Amino acid sequence: MSIHELMFYLFSGMILLFSVLTVTSRRILRAAVYLLFVLVSTAGIYFMLNYQFLAAVQLTLYAGGIVVLIIFSILLTSHISQKFEPLGVKKMVFSALAVAAGALLSIMTILDYGFDTVVTTSQNPDMELIGTSLLSYEKNGYVLPFEVISVLLLAAMVASIVIAKKEKSK
Amino acid sequence: MLSEIPLSYFLVVSTLMFFIGIYGFLTRKNLITILMAVELILNSVNINFVAFNRYLFPNQLEGHFFSLFIIAVAAAEAAVAIAIIISVYRRYSNIDVERVDTMKF
Repeated sequence: MSIHELMFYLFSGMILLFSVLTVTSRRILRAAVYLLFVLVSTAGIYFMLNYQFLAAVQLTLYAGGIVVLIIFSILLTSHISQKFEPLGVKKMVFSALAVAAGALLSIMTILDYGFDTVVTTSQNPDMELIGTSLLSYEKNGYVLPFEVISVLLLAAMVASIVIAKKEKSK
Repeated sequence: MLSEIPLSYFLVVSTLMFFIGIYGFLTRKNLITILMAVELILNSVNINFVAFNRYLFPNQLEGHFFSLFIIAVAAAEAAVAIAIIISVYRRYSNIDVERVDTMKF
């Protein structure tokens, strides 16, 4: 077993284990920390696939930004020591059945389909290429989605300030 | 190198992660935990995009850029969702989806 395979199994095992813990843990703060582990292992998978810029974005934006935001809102809205009530057996069984059926169908389809993979020496796209294609409007340029995303981020920022603002007492 | 691991392994991992997220979405009652399940689903889609990009079209960057844009959209979505959650908490003093049903018909 080579080091690549070992890394892959390690990261995917961590992803699956901590994903299950994220959706089943009865303490909400622990669930958030398990989510952080899932996101960090995903960044590890990106590093393995040799997309270093994407992995860095995943670490700073997802693991750094979104998880901190979620933990802040947990601290604002619930007590630390609060535990959820255990789930009803009926709901748990039926959800698990639906999910298992869906997963089985998808995985069987994936394993059945022969992908014709191109095996090349995978190189890391350098920063210059990423920057120029983000701002180019020619072929393989992404300036339109880039601008749309920037407007969306501005709108989301204004919207979240307006929604979360305290109403004036009349 | 990477060619030792077939593409379908990555797809199986991301499929399992997607359906674990759906399980959380179906069974959780707290709004923040539902939001975390949605983040799991978005993340699994990202793994799919990146693996397809690396294995099927290694000379282009479409999947890479789509993952970047999905991460940006997920950040915006999380910010707005948390603003809504805080607003709901202020009005009802809890964020349980089964107790916030004023608009239910």
